[in-house]
Amino acid sequence: MNSAPGIAFQILQSVFVVLAAPLLVGWVNQCRAWLQNRSAPSILLPYFTLAKLFHKDAVFAHDASPIFRWTPYILFGCMWLAAGIVPVLATGLPFAPAADIIALVGVFALARMFSALAAMDIGTAFGGLGARREMLIGFLAEPAMLMTLFTAAFISGSTQLTTIVDSLAHREFALYPSLAFAAVAFLMVLLAENARIPIDNPATHLELTMVHEALILEYSARHLALIEWAVAIKLFAYMTIGIALFAPWGIAAAGDWSALPYAFAALAGKLALAGAGLALIETVLAKLRLFLAPEFLSTAFLLAVLGMLTHFLVKG
Amino acid sequence: MGVLPSPLAGSLLVGAAWLLVAVAGLIPAANAAFARRFAFPLGAAAGVALAALGLQAVWLPPQTLTLPLGLPDLPFHIRIDPLAGFFLMLLGSVSAGISVYAAGYFREEPSGRLTLVCLQYHVFLASMAFVLLADDAYLFMVAWETMALSSYFLVITDHQVPAIRRAGFLYLLIAHLGAIAILLCFGVLHGGRGDYTFDALRAAQLQPAWASVAFLLAFFGFGAKAGMIPLHAWLPEAHPAAPSPVSALMSGIMIKTAIYGMVRVIFDLIGGASGNVRWEWGMVVLVVGAGTTLFGVLYALVQHDLKRLLAYHSVENIGIILLGLGMAMVFIGFGHPAAGVLGLIAALYHTLNHAVFKGLLFLGAGSILHSTGMRNLNDMGGLIRGMPKTAFYFLIGALAISALPPLNGFVSEWLTFQTALQATILQHGVVRSLLPLFAATLALAGALTAMCFVKVYGIAFLGRPREPAHLSPLPHAGDAGPMERYGMAWLAAGCFVLGLFPTSFLLMLNRVGVSLTGHGLSEDALLGSGWLWLVPTATGQASYSPVIFFVVIVAVTLLAFLLVRRFYHGRVRFSDPWDCGYPEQTPRMQDTADAFGQPIRHVFGPIYRADRRLPGPEDTEPRYSLKVEDRHWYWLYLPVARAAEFVSSKIALLQQGRISIYLLYSFITLLALLVFVR
Repeated sequence: MNSAPGIAFQILQSVFVVLAAPLLVGWVNQCRAWLQNRSAPSILLPYFTLAKLFHKDAVFAHDASPIFRWTPYILFGCMWLAAGIVPVLATGLPFAPAADIIALVGVFALARMFSALAAMDIGTAFGGLGARREMLIGFLAEPAMLMTLFTAAFISGSTQLTTIVDSLAHREFALYPSLAFAAVAFLMVLLAENARIPIDNPATHLELTMVHEALILEYSARHLALIEWAVAIKLFAYMTIGIALFAPWGIAAAGDWSALPYAFAALAGKLALAGAGLALIETVLAKLRLFLAPEFLSTAFLLAVLGMLTHFLVKG
Repeated sequence: MGVLPSPLAGSLLVGAAWLLVAVAGLIPAANAAFARRFAFPLGAAAGVALAALGLQAVWLPPQTLTLPLGLPDLPFHIRIDPLAGFFLMLLGSVSAGISVYAAGYFREEPSGRLTLVCLQYHVFLASMAFVLLADDAYLFMVAWETMALSSYFLVITDHQVPAIRRAGFLYLLIAHLGAIAILLCFGVLHGGRGDYTFDALRAAQLQPAWASVAFLLAFFGFGAKAGMIPLHAWLPEAHPAAPSPVSALMSGIMIKTAIYGMVRVIFDLIGGASGNVRWEWGMVVLVVGAGTTLFGVLYALVQHDLKRLLAYHSVENIGIILLGLGMAMVFIGFGHPAAGVLGLIAALYHTLNHAVFKGLLFLGAGSILHSTGMRNLNDMGGLIRGMPKTAFYFLIGALAISALPPLNGFVSEWLTFQTALQATILQHGVVRSLLPLFAATLALAGALTAMCFVKVYGIAFLGRPREPAHLSPLPHAGDAGPMERYGMAWLAAGCFVLGLFPTSFLLMLNRVGVSLTGHGLSEDALLGSGWLWLVPTATGQASYSPVIFFVVIVAVTLLAFLLVRRFYHGRVRFSDPWDCGYPEQTPRMQDTADAFGQPIRHVFGPIYRADRRLPGPEDTEPRYSLKVEDRHWYWLYLPVARAAEFVSSKIALLQQGRISIYLLYSFITLLALLVFVR
């Protein structure tokens, strides 16, 4: 696997994810605008925003510590790493065995911890509020996420995402009730972890309800751009994890150039559908009160546990 | 080997050296500089030597020795085997860092007190070494009690404070309840044959019921020392009371000797290679372990005293270790020793990891206490500016305890998860589906720990001081001294080494597992992919490569940095914080530790017994106070204490203080003896 084509695939995929992630955000925003009867912004708007931010002067608070300055890069690095682990276009990438699903959840946790620390660094009221809420959602979502992934791990007998995807993609089509439970749980975790409605609203800066926006309140210019970019990669990574677990058909194997166009087309189609679905969810649901988030996420956790128990009961 | 002493003789020498240092500290009583400059560094050097010897012992067959000490006909037996070697390595390496730190920490201590601390400190270290070396119940109990007493005296170093004396008493009380249970356990194992060596206890053939009694006694006896619920109450009292290096020793190492005792008695003395370990015991351990884990972290989240908070995290981590041990027992009980050894390895690895990062965190808390005089998080803020180096080391400890890759806490939790995922091989349906739930407990605890350390770090080191500069010591806080920093750097390096190169430690722990159960993981699988890879079972099933992970994450972070630097104009302005543009914001509006824990109190409300006082609208000096108490006090400790008081008050009726009554007692006793003993 550690051959030249494998490494070429690895680099190709990592660069592809980083470059394509803002496009997915643009697509979701466009779909949402259509659903809400607004005239949609260009699908390329996230790129323009990033370019604009990269041109501005950075502003720091007087008290900013090195943690504040480094966090955007660490976030970006974490998400880039995640993009290298998830089998987006191909399985069996050379870097994939270095981190399994538990390590993947660990990467997201690392990113979350640093973003919460950076929010508290300046010492503002909103920063602490954001950090507290972010960690609250995080500790509720993380066990649910792990249980979902464990269900898939039990089915395929491995915690390697690439092995899981291989075994799920190449089985004959059968409806696994356990995976159905897991899929619903995963969807709920995805909404919470990516600061989407009904847990958080990515479109507002309403002081009393914001979570993610409160974390990044003090950032500007290049740092804000990096964070926004990292957030886009995170959404992309989560969506591709979901696709890999629950709809893996069409994925290529590393080094198999002939399968790549097909894998690419399949991925684009699935992501377009998933993005539209996300926009639909965000249109029909309202944001929950913060203290309903624990109920939402413990439902996700229970669904994931149910899925796992179903696997043990019916062996499938 | 040649010039090197054998591990057994060497460890004995180190123990003796610690005792010698302890006594030597007393002689030039007038000169406190002696203790600082020589005693503690010598103790640290002995620790490094002990670590090397322990490391060596893991790879050698067990060695035994009978010492010409002890009572007539009851000599001390000592033995070093892979398990003892591993724990000696833990003791030596972690205590080395703490001793170096102590050399700096006690710099302002008055000389009389310092010599006493130095004496107790090194006796404490030596007694822990002898607990690990003991090969008979007699020496074990002597060393165990010496350990309890010397640590008790260390806890009450500031004995002028009544609260500290109370904490010390509570500690001593629970330590002795545990010791009684351990003594009874040895009694059960011994079965009246008059031979208290561990060899004889190992050979004993127990009936299943008696074996279960021995297990329960050992579990709760050692559990009292380890701090598992419901016997944890001393831990959050004693740890804050002790000086910080002592807290680090107790939390990092001493409670680990209890884990050693548990493994020694359950897996070695009762279980043995004959496989007497029952899976039901494992379920008991798992349930208690899961409860301890959640209880510890949930209570840690609502604390505002930094050292108390760390103490509750020790409770939590003992729970995580118990989860690993419990899974090991379940798998061994069902006849899957290979999976069982994986659980044992996970538990022991977490034992080592926790010793390293908790030692580091307590030392960091000590440095904060030293330079600001503060333990209350609610008063802190912005320490990263005054003490950047301490802040750096503390950050490493905080990331490690939060089980974040690529540091060490993550590796042992990863191994515990992998053990739980082996559940599919179990035949018992209920147990099979319960094991992943315990893994979920672990996941929840890990995420809650991360929240707690965001709170600790964010409030203590980040943000701004709450009070104006002339009212607060915070803006003038200086960084830790060089010796303190070396101690912390040693442990911080340990977090990286244990996190990045787990495979070599896993091979070592596999030897421990083989020596205890006769089975182990396949070394081919462990080594098959090279030392970079952590592969506990088989490639394709689970693998993790911390080094590659670390290199890649550093590389992509730097790449992002360099790219931005290359293409960005780099103009930076400094200004006041924006904070949504609200005017009139002061540093007092930052989150406090209590505010940060508020969502937790909301979500997990019924677990706490909280007493919250809110200011009324008319108050001229509004005060907010919050006191969270441990429910265990009210359903367990206080009723037991009241019952004990009631019984003793009834017994006290015997004591009349008149000689005639006492003569009457003697007379009645004599009569009774005449009637019954004929």
